[in-house]
Amino acid sequence: MTISRWIQKQRYLIEMTLSSLLRRKGKYTALIVVYTSIVFLLASVMFFTEALEREARTVLSGAPDIVVQKLVAGRHDLIPTAYAETIREIRGVTAVRPALWGYYFDPVFGANYTVMVPEVFEHGPGEVAVGPGVAKATGSEIDYILPIWTSKGKLTSFFVKELLASESQLVSADLILMSEADFRAVFDIPEHLATNLVLEVRNPRELPVIAAKISDQLPDTRPILRTEVQRTYDSVFSWRSGLVVAVLIGSVLAFIIFAWDRASGLSAEERREIGILKAIGWETSDVIQMKFWEGTVVSLTSFLVGVLGAYAHVFLTSSTLFEPVLKGWAVIYPEFRLVPFVDAYQIAVLFFLTVVPYTVSTIVPSWRAATIDPDAVMRA
Amino acid sequence: MKRSNVYLAFLTAALVLFGAMFVHAAVIRRRSAPRLERTTEMVRRLDLTDLCLFTEARYTRHPVMADVNSLFQDSPLSLEHYPTGSLMAPPDHLEGRR
Repeated sequence: MTISRWIQKQRYLIEMTLSSLLRRKGKYTALIVVYTSIVFLLASVMFFTEALEREARTVLSGAPDIVVQKLVAGRHDLIPTAYAETIREIRGVTAVRPALWGYYFDPVFGANYTVMVPEVFEHGPGEVAVGPGVAKATGSEIDYILPIWTSKGKLTSFFVKELLASESQLVSADLILMSEADFRAVFDIPEHLATNLVLEVRNPRELPVIAAKISDQLPDTRPILRTEVQRTYDSVFSWRSGLVVAVLIGSVLAFIIFAWDRASGLSAEERREIGILKAIGWETSDVIQMKFWEGTVVSLTSFLVGVLGAYAHVFLTSSTLFEPVLKGWAVIYPEFRLVPFVDAYQIAVLFFLTVVPYTVSTIVPSWRAATIDPDAVMRA
Repeated sequence: MKRSNVYLAFLTAALVLFGAMFVHAAVIRRRSAPRLERTTEMVRRLDLTDLCLFTEARYTRHPVMADVNSLFQDSPLSLEHYPTGSLMAPPDHLEGRR
């Protein structure tokens, strides 16, 4: 058979398949809608987590080499700045600086902010720089007043002098930056204490050795390496986390129903159709080819539409459907648009998880029906 | 027009869009590089350690900096009550210490 004849034959088979599908319009429309939704959901989670992990890995490459926390009874506690002197003595450590940061719950807007002291603060006392999420929640603009209750119960007013860039809100949405003196006054933190210490190390390959020395010399501390910071978001949406498990369980159950429906055999109408086709001269291979096209039309259509929809959902609409889930009870949620990342591996995994099982489960019962006597099939 | 032609036209259009998806992703990735560089610079300047994804609980706002025993931290019967706490897995460096 020449190629052009083969193509012609496949077109006739597709024509026949489409007519067959359209005769059971309701059933197949419902099937394609559910199938597309499953692919859409799986692809959305896959695209979102992969893009987020990559973005986290990129931007957190700027995280400190080592952060040293003090632990008291298993809890993160304020660290004496004198610890910096001990750490500075360790060979390979080029700089140690105390970092000041903490949380502030705003009773007016019910939002949690992260209050930080940058190494270089470009504004004066009584002035703050706020992240885009804070500005949005409080309606702040430049020169607006941001009231903050101190830990002594006194209301202090800060002038908003800078709005942090909106493009970086994935890391800065809830930030309030202020001077060290203001921070210590608001949270009543003495001069000799800091939230944690931030280290710079000459050779990144020495990080584990330096961390081990810190743990040895200051046993009540916990060093956190930059590699650990970057790895955190690799596993943050692992298969065991709630979102992924919920989606996986739903999808697996849906696929079990699909596979059961298809593998448990064909409907009487479908069997009669196969019987008639065989009676008028169709070969078993023709019937199987037609059923292959039936599986392909349903699964490939659902796959393509589902994946394209997921791409638009995650990368063009900022994962709108996931927002209520990710936001939880938080007032501040960053409005971010992830940098798209799609590769052949992701698409292959999705394809083998969705298209292949459905197509196979369509062909097997058809092959069984197509190999028996047409007379018996039609009489059954 | 034959149904098979309509379907094949649809399939071709979907496959073209599928290819366009990869091209779009590559273009946006290249265009976003300066923005990511500026964000990385902000992370470096402010010594940030976490993404601002979940702001409702401190161990989800800063999972890197969370206590070792964050789960059930308030009492053995204090079940997770923040929705995002059940969304994300604890970081590797905390799991390794348990």
